[in-house]
Amino acid sequence: MAVEATLSSTGTKPEKSFFDRLMGTKRRRDTIEGYIFILPVVLGLLIFTIGPMLASFYISFTKYPILRSPEWIGLRNYVNMFTKEPNFWQACKVTLLYAVTAVPLGIAGAFMLALLLNQRVKGMSFFRTSFYIPTIVPAVASAVLWGWLLNPDYGLINAMLKTVGLPTSRFLGEPDSALASLVLMSLWSVGGGMVIYLAGLQGIPETFYEAAKIDGANGRQLFRFITVPLMTPTLFFGLVMGLIGAFQYFTEAFILTQGGPLFSTYFYSLMVYERAFRFTQMGMGTAMAWFLLVVVLTLTLLVFRSSPLWVFYETEVK
Amino acid sequence: MIGSRSPLHRIALTALLWAVALLFLIPLLWMISSSLKSNYQIFEIPPRWIPNPPRWENYREALTVLPFHTYILNTAVISTLTIIGHLLSCTLIAYAFARLRARGRDVLFVVMLATMMLPYPVTMVPLYVLFQRLGWINTFLPLTVPAFLGSPFYIFLLRQFFLGIPRDFEDAARMDGANLLQILWQIMLPLALPAMATVAIFTFQASWNDFLAPLIYLQKPDLYTVTLGLQFFRSTYTTNWALLMAASLVTVLPVVVVFFMAQRYFIEGITLSGIKS
Repeated sequence: MAVEATLSSTGTKPEKSFFDRLMGTKRRRDTIEGYIFILPVVLGLLIFTIGPMLASFYISFTKYPILRSPEWIGLRNYVNMFTKEPNFWQACKVTLLYAVTAVPLGIAGAFMLALLLNQRVKGMSFFRTSFYIPTIVPAVASAVLWGWLLNPDYGLINAMLKTVGLPTSRFLGEPDSALASLVLMSLWSVGGGMVIYLAGLQGIPETFYEAAKIDGANGRQLFRFITVPLMTPTLFFGLVMGLIGAFQYFTEAFILTQGGPLFSTYFYSLMVYERAFRFTQMGMGTAMAWFLLVVVLTLTLLVFRSSPLWVFYETEVK
Repeated sequence: MIGSRSPLHRIALTALLWAVALLFLIPLLWMISSSLKSNYQIFEIPPRWIPNPPRWENYREALTVLPFHTYILNTAVISTLTIIGHLLSCTLIAYAFARLRARGRDVLFVVMLATMMLPYPVTMVPLYVLFQRLGWINTFLPLTVPAFLGSPFYIFLLRQFFLGIPRDFEDAARMDGANLLQILWQIMLPLALPAMATVAIFTFQASWNDFLAPLIYLQKPDLYTVTLGLQFFRSTYTTNWALLMAASLVTVLPVVVVFFMAQRYFIEGITLSGIKS
């Protein structure tokens, strides 16, 4: 049908061979060739992402104790989640608190390190490597290591605090300090963002600075009116990726605290994992996951909406 | 910003950089130091930096109390298969996204990128059900088969790279009568090798570090990956810090070695992914 339609519309002569007719115009051949190449990822997305996403939307309206087939219960998972789940709002609070502290601090730290490295000092590659190395340490190993560093009695950090006369802390062992300790831990791996910001800084044309200097701009003005505006797209990217990552924070908390003490590090993903795989309440687990998706999408959208206010694109001035 | 600065400024800057670098390296140095201590030395107050005498047996012990060689082998198998899968699929797909003109291509590309933002918990349960129905739980298949159908991030990375290659080469080859596969194999592939190396290294790192997926799909100890093994180690020998540090160091070592061998590709890859979007 489609082939016939194309033939009549392009006016191809019917004497053409079957193959030629199948392939049709150049544009059509390109499309077919293109899709043969792209097919694997289309399949991959359908099977491993979009299919499961739709399935999980359905499962979220069911009672599904994995061994029996799902049973439709309407909105009950959602209603129970918001009203009866004892630690649901706690999980939301913990995750949000982590996101609004770890993400901005991480971006600020990464940006400052990038600024330091962008000053053409000797041994730049050594410093860059030192800052970057912690990011390649597997999350599990880094969690185990920090569990030891933050050990209240024998840990290095308390020992160092004691040496310089500062008060020590129970860190992960106390509800008041556990979440802050995880934020501190996360700052150890700001090197990933740093490399991106450094590349961004090095991409700013030197001529911009020279021109501004001729106009009599001082160092602070150069930073405020050239560096910062031109870096906002890169910082924006860092903010979006950082937020999405923070809302899925799992491994370190799973290994170090299991959500404790007193649910002070009960991260959202931890709750979903527990629901689904420890209590095999697949329906409730996916309902929680869908709420997370809605929150992440809303926040991402808000961040994108806010971007005209603070993200500078070069095309604006051209 | 850069330019004529007083020597004093330069010294202060260098000192600051050294202090921060030290701050970032201390945890790793402490890991090495702790891994060489005896059970007595590790609880010494105040702690010492250089263990005297260093206890090298910790490594032998840490690697034998649990079958760490099995974990390493499992992880090596998974990461090798994943690397092969990504290189085969992502290169072809990325080339198509960069060069072949197909209707709806760009919409599809945006959809693909958007799926990267999907939080993992959303698909976690249905994927588990899917793999369970297929009988794939307690096999490496859930961790390796998806790689052969491409991965959005690496496709994006390679596409950016292909877009940077001038079309002249391909046009010349096409004039000489080369077909698409010949162009891809003989012209694009040699040019794309650095980008493919980046993909291979990132994939290796990601599958070596992965924790949640193995945690869900591998429930038998003899199938454990290195990270699962380390977590198992931690839950069993909670306070044996010296052995734990030795085991952690063994987990960290392969990625660090690969990093130093291929540092250039790491930095290039990150830059490529960060700037162009």
